[in-house]
Amino acid sequence: MAAEADIGQAPGKPPIWNDPRYRALFFQVVVLGGIIFFFVYITNNTLANLERQGIASGFGFLSRTAGFDISMHLIDWDEEMTYGRAFTVSVINTLLVSFLGIVFATLLGFVMGVARLSRNWLIAKLSAVYIETFRNIPLLLQIFFWYFGVLRNLPESVRESVNVFDLAFLNRRGLFVPSPQAEPAFWVVIVLFFGGIVASIFLARWAKQRQEATGQYFPVLSTSAGLILGVPILAFIVLGFPINWDVPELGRFNFSGGAELIPEFVALLLALSVYTASFIAEIVRAGILSVSHGQTEAAFALGLRPNWTLRLIIIPQALRVIIPPLTSQYLNLTKNSSLAAAIAYPDLILVFAGTVLMQTGQAVEVIAMAMAVYLTISLLISALMNWYNKKIALVER
Amino acid sequence: MKGLKIVTVGAVLAFAASGAANAATLDDVKRKGFVQCGVSQGLPGFSNPDEKGNWAGIDVDVCRGMAAAIFGDAKKVKYTPLSAKERFTALQSGEVDVLPRNTTWTLVRDTALGLDFTTINFYDGQGFMVRKALGVKAATELDGASVCVQIGTTTELNLSDFFRANNISFKPVVFEKADEVVAAYDAGRCDVYTTDRSGLAAQRTKMKNPDEHLVLPEVISKEPLGPVVRHGDNNWGDIVRWTLYAMLEAEELGVDSKNVDKMKDSKNPNIRRLLGVEGEMGKNLGLPNDWAFNIVKQVGNYGESYERNVGPNTPIALARGVNKLWKDGGLMYPMPVR
Ligand SMILES: N[C@@H](CCC(=O)N[C@@H](CS)C(=O)NCC(=O)O)C(=O)O
Repeated sequence: MAAEADIGQAPGKPPIWNDPRYRALFFQVVVLGGIIFFFVYITNNTLANLERQGIASGFGFLSRTAGFDISMHLIDWDEEMTYGRAFTVSVINTLLVSFLGIVFATLLGFVMGVARLSRNWLIAKLSAVYIETFRNIPLLLQIFFWYFGVLRNLPESVRESVNVFDLAFLNRRGLFVPSPQAEPAFWVVIVLFFGGIVASIFLARWAKQRQEATGQYFPVLSTSAGLILGVPILAFIVLGFPINWDVPELGRFNFSGGAELIPEFVALLLALSVYTASFIAEIVRAGILSVSHGQTEAAFALGLRPNWTLRLIIIPQALRVIIPPLTSQYLNLTKNSSLAAAIAYPDLILVFAGTVLMQTGQAVEVIAMAMAVYLTISLLISALMNWYNKKIALVER
Repeated sequence: MKGLKIVTVGAVLAFAASGAANAATLDDVKRKGFVQCGVSQGLPGFSNPDEKGNWAGIDVDVCRGMAAAIFGDAKKVKYTPLSAKERFTALQSGEVDVLPRNTTWTLVRDTALGLDFTTINFYDGQGFMVRKALGVKAATELDGASVCVQIGTTTELNLSDFFRANNISFKPVVFEKADEVVAAYDAGRCDVYTTDRSGLAAQRTKMKNPDEHLVLPEVISKEPLGPVVRHGDNNWGDIVRWTLYAMLEAEELGVDSKNVDKMKDSKNPNIRRLLGVEGEMGKNLGLPNDWAFNIVKQVGNYGESYERNVGPNTPIALARGVNKLWKDGGLMYPMPVR
């Protein structure tokens, strides 16, 4: 730094306004001041305008009684709870559909992306048709397609529901399945499940160290699966199935009891996953193609089998290309989930930026909160993906 | 809290800009040469475009009446179709000049949104529609039913109140657009479709088999529907209000679009004042003196507008009921034009 400042300067100290360090600092302060002034001004201006137009403002409404019902809630909800609670309920619904959408879109996208590169003509073409179709139809249309298309093909009358052994029922109101109620002994299963996860992590570390030291391979994947799923299932059987099922029962209009999957949720999840997966597939394909063929040949020359080559040589290198655009797809999916309002899925936009906004009339506050939520989710996803990207980035030595 | 307010730039800018829209709307409108009118996205009988894109309905007639009063030409209107959710923001931000969009007058809307209701052009109430095949006779039997409803409406609120008061449960399925509510109900997603009873009658005409459905007898709320304007421009509010009163007053006085020319020669001072033959009623409103003459001539009186758009001889087929003039036992009571 100090050496840099001296370049091209006559001996002696330069005047302070010519010193690049001070100059940079000065401009940063000016810009920051300008931004702060802008925000303060605009905020005051809004408040003054709202006041002048006689529009209510402030966040007091969050603790007032909401008075409306929400068709899907993962946490307790009834009409007598507050607008603040309605906010939480709707944020959870948005998170749920985004999270599951990301999981399904990623799985489907990877499968389709790899399939498009398949040497099997049929598989490659099917995948290409899938990608080109879903990538090129507007998402909103797809949402309507899944919603009304699927809805119309289900039995209309509750009495004619598709009936699976008197346990699960499917009709235009949704899918009704028995919901599990845990008995006290069930906690053993839960503890074993999480214990399995922890044990697997240690196992993986140990196996890696051993392999590096001795070259011996240990089947981590199957052992972990056994630890995480097998052991708890075994315990579950040994304990005598410590769960009660609350089976849905037919009422006059609908089923009650059990768990309910509303068609709006299913349609939105399907539409978001299928649509985004078509983009992810292309990203995956591009990623794989970016790894030069020489790598594969080298791997084969070393005697690696094809699926090992994919797992150890191609995927790790492809991921470096895949992760950044994949992140934008995740962000898109999350933001696209706000199209939920079109088909009555009670997400943040429908419930909070919709009903609550309309009931309170406090557009500025409500929209600000909704924006803050999407911003937070997006920044979190970005942060997570950047962290992962750094982790898998090529370490240059 | 403070932090959040700072994030609001986008919304803020919209509102900051809207401050300007508050001033004399009449001058703006005269300068533009047309009335920008916020209407529904298609509710037959109230505001609905025909195949050629011409809007018609009793709400549309408010806009046409205003244009006739201001410009002497009922065609000088431009329409902005708005969903229930968008309507108030569109008015607040100055995107539309007036909002006759089957909108219920409530205290919160009148006080907390920076808006003013002018008067009422249709007295309504909320009802329920179900399939006849369900065999339901009364709304109180609807325990556990799924109900399709549009967001941002009083409907949504009354619904919860009704079920709560009767201690029965329901499953709301809330859509943003009216067409989707109707499509979902028609596709069998819900047992019940609820909105203003006029809306039920109107939307029913869009369903696959209108005869399969029936409207339950209960009326669970009061829905006084009327045009809305921005708070603070009283002269503009007066113009909206008196446009409607002129249509009602004309009906009361027996003046209609066919006899209005002849009526100018009437000896009745009330008619002479209304049609601008005597007095300076128009000037008080900031309008030409033949304002009401033009309204009646080009749009008709309230009774004509009603019969043409929602009356028994239209597909909507709503009896006049409480919307009759006060002297016929209804609630329509125009203030005296004098
Ligand atoms: N009067 C009620 C309901 C008005 C309303 O929006 N009704 C719906 C259902 S019929 C409608 O007109 N929708 C037409 C549209 O959104 O274009 C209110 O003011 O909140």
